[in-house]
Amino acid sequence: MITKMSHVSIYVLNQDSAYDFYVNTLGFEVRTDAPMGPGMRWLTVSPKDQPDLEIILMAIEDGRMFNKESAEQMRTLVKNGTFGFGVFESKDIYATYEELKAKGVQFSKAPKQEFYGVEAIFKDDSGNWFSLGQLK
Amino acid sequence: MNNELYPRLYLYRRIVQAKLFIDNHYPEKIDLNNIADEAYFSKFHFIRLFKKAYNHTPHQYLSQVRINRAKDLIKLGSSIIDSCYTVGFESITSFTALFKRTTGYAPSIFRKQYNKRQQEILQVPLKFIPGCFVSASSRKGNYEEVSTS
Repeated sequence: MITKMSHVSIYVLNQDSAYDFYVNTLGFEVRTDAPMGPGMRWLTVSPKDQPDLEIILMAIEDGRMFNKESAEQMRTLVKNGTFGFGVFESKDIYATYEELKAKGVQFSKAPKQEFYGVEAIFKDDSGNWFSLGQLK
Repeated sequence: MNNELYPRLYLYRRIVQAKLFIDNHYPEKIDLNNIADEAYFSKFHFIRLFKKAYNHTPHQYLSQVRINRAKDLIKLGSSIIDSCYTVGFESITSFTALFKRTTGYAPSIFRKQYNKRQQEILQVPLKFIPGCFVSASSRKGNYEEVSTS
């Protein structure tokens, strides 16, 4: 029986920039920052109160998990905002929205009451979008 | 957003400004009464709204920010005493007690454990990376199904 998810990948264009966004802007904590063979970095983060889920900030590089063609395709897809990688929850979405906006985070949807709760949508520094929710 | 939300958003902006002020000025001697004044709230109303948004009173939040920054400094190799005073605490005793209450460890134990983990990461990095990612990174391609029969 599967009991929980421990790791999930988010593909990013640049790990240094992603580190800055997820740690310094969103306020996440670094869980593991380790070298992973020549020129590759294993970087995981998660919200401060959720240490048991590691979000892998995975660089899109050819010669690793991707060949040259698929890496280029993947970079283009990420840049174009193709992927929505998940939902983050906030105890107070309006405060979180105002804070992230003040820090320069781009929102494509301001908090809006939906039948399932209040939801906003923002993008990370690579172009991946996330739902920010305050569920009922 | 509809117009009904505007007054509420105005209050949120004030609360967020207060929070960001703490984030940016935590090493200084911050008078939380002044923050309430700057946010144009009564102290009671300010604390209530702040706690609703951030789950902590402004004072608790300031302490939390200072402890988190002290953790960062200790990780970077700063001494415990320097870390204590750099983040704005005035007493090493109260810093140590709060640090232990918050993290579960005394600062010296926290540093020891962090350094031990960093050593392990340097010596055996693959121990901290799920094997599937290690093998995928050397595969140069996409997922391949392997027969298990």
